[in-house]
Amino acid sequence: MTGEAVLEAIDVVKELGSGAGKITALKGVSMTLKAGELTLLMGPSGSGKTTLLSILGCIMTPTSGMIRVAGNDTEGQTPEQLARIRRDHIGYIFQSYNLFPTLSALENVRIALDVRGKKGFKAAARAEECLREVGLGHRLKNHPANMSGGEQQRVAVARAIATSPSVILADEPTAALDTTNGQQVMELLARIAKEQNRSVLVVTHDPRTKPYADRTVYIEDGQIVREERRPEGLDAPEIADLTKRRKVHG
Amino acid sequence: MILTLAFRNLFHDRIRLVVTLVGILFSIVLVAVQLGLYLGSSRMITSNIDHTDAELWITTFGAKSFEDGGLLLKSAERHQALATPGVAKVVPLVVSFAEWRKPSGGSTRVVVVGSDPEDGGFEPWGFRNGTWEDVKSPEGVAIDKSYLRELDVTGIGDSAQVGEGRVRVKALTEGIRSFTQSPYVYTTLARARHLLGLDVVAGDATSFFLVKLAPGADLETVRNNLKSRLESAEVLTRDEFRDRSLTTWLFKTGAGVALIGGAFLGLLVGTVIVAQTLYSSTKDHLNEFATLRALGSSSGYIHKVILGQAGLSAVIGYVLGMAIALAVVFASRDTPLPLVMTPWLAVVLFAVTLFMCAISALSAIMKVTKIDPAMVFNR
Ligand SMILES: Nc1ncnc2c1ncn2[C@@H]1O[C@H](COP(=O)(O)OP(=O)(O)OP(=O)(O)O)[C@@H](O)[C@H]1O
Ligand SMILES: [Mg+2]
Repeated sequence: MTGEAVLEAIDVVKELGSGAGKITALKGVSMTLKAGELTLLMGPSGSGKTTLLSILGCIMTPTSGMIRVAGNDTEGQTPEQLARIRRDHIGYIFQSYNLFPTLSALENVRIALDVRGKKGFKAAARAEECLREVGLGHRLKNHPANMSGGEQQRVAVARAIATSPSVILADEPTAALDTTNGQQVMELLARIAKEQNRSVLVVTHDPRTKPYADRTVYIEDGQIVREERRPEGLDAPEIADLTKRRKVHG
Repeated sequence: MILTLAFRNLFHDRIRLVVTLVGILFSIVLVAVQLGLYLGSSRMITSNIDHTDAELWITTFGAKSFEDGGLLLKSAERHQALATPGVAKVVPLVVSFAEWRKPSGGSTRVVVVGSDPEDGGFEPWGFRNGTWEDVKSPEGVAIDKSYLRELDVTGIGDSAQVGEGRVRVKALTEGIRSFTQSPYVYTTLARARHLLGLDVVAGDATSFFLVKLAPGADLETVRNNLKSRLESAEVLTRDEFRDRSLTTWLFKTGAGVALIGGAFLGLLVGTVIVAQTLYSSTKDHLNEFATLRALGSSSGYIHKVILGQAGLSAVIGYVLGMAIALAVVFASRDTPLPLVMTPWLAVVLFAVTLFMCAISALSAIMKVTKIDPAMVFNR
């Protein structure tokens, strides 16, 4: 089931660097992300995946072309306005988690809410709810240094979903994880796309992530070369409920 | 969360925190000591003037301070002043340097202050032992107990030779310090003149006349009137004379400039240290700030985190710095130049600390403003 277009890139060109080192990282890319869909973005190293993700997420602006977030053109927006779009619409997950080492798991999620002006008891409750959702209800007070990579990435997922963004962008979220942990994170992301009707875009090199995708987009040398869609009726692998699994163990 | 993050960033690197706090401490203590000295000096310079209740001072022309009155005024001026409309009282006050011959040999310079409080003159304050009544008894003088050793006496009843006569310590005050480091010796007008050898040659010689106005008299009118009558004298309000004394001692001598300059230097060094540590802390946490930015935080939010760090450092540094400053003030209470700490100065110091830390945060804020959130991907 797919919904409306929440994020669109239209004919995006991005030049990076300057002088002799100047390259065109994206050469006219168009892409639409829809609610309830998990999209994989695959391609060789240096093909422009991270660049595209940054532009889709309004972290970078395109040299030419257009980005539409929830139907609104982002052209000409100031850095502060772009920040506002990010906090209102977009959740990020990074390869190296980017958690705050001095904050506990709960605080790491709370800060994403705090940035959006959501404070106090309600924010704490929401942060806790999200951590339970990713199976970390028992790890609220732990600091990143005392958590496994998989747990840290799940904290990052909780942080990304806490603010209920319409789009979640993940840059190689499983690259630093072993198979089991990588699968857990992918299962989570697929479940979030389905159950919470969000649009999820995952940049990856990892072929093991393919089964979770509704759609896979291939990029090479700054251009989209191919797109695959999962045949209708074929479901993703069992989407585990980590909350339940925790209970069995605990 | 802003304060939580600021707090954690601050305590994350303990060594840097210590350096920051030492910088703030250094600044606060230095500024407190310099300004405390300044206040202490000002108080010493003006305390005698502040303890009179006369509205106007008649001084010889160009008298620069309490100690600089000379002995040139005569009763002629007093009568002229008394004849001025609106003048209720004109009370003579003698202030002059004299030699205090120590009982066991040698001598030291003192300032003899003679006046009759019962006539509306000036009376020393802070009596610890004895009273003005005791000073009025034969040979009686009052000195401050902090100068006992310097004057080579042990206490009440000891005597010494001052100028032309003998004196006996009949009363001790506490807290009357002299900026010139020549102790004040308080006595009656007649005895002061006697000690200074004036009773023989010029029994009416006086340093100042303290003028009290009649009820309802207008200060400016009386003053202008007095001015026109007294050609060789100056007529100053108490505040004018006070300010003139301060300017003379603190600014003409450069002492005040040195004190205020020292305070500024302290601030400067503190600012540089705090700016340096805040900057390096911000650099260390740059990835976190970039992450915040990628999560959509406004730049204001990030600035608040940095200002929070600065503010927290300021508060902690201030508390510790004040504790040390107060200890220094306490330790200085019996020295010739005691430091002064007032609630007002404490508030000023806190404001100065906050201001210093805010200024220090500027370089860090500038660094973080240039942050590109795209750096979160390049790790
Ligand atoms: N700041 C930059 N300045 C100049 N060139 C850059 C910059 N950032 C990236 N590039 C170049 O742009 C191209 C696309 O980079 P991008 O990071 O999007 O690739 P990628 O597909 O994410 O690669 P990887 O799989 O290795 O992460 C590469 O050739 C890269 O060298
Ligand atoms: Mg990349």
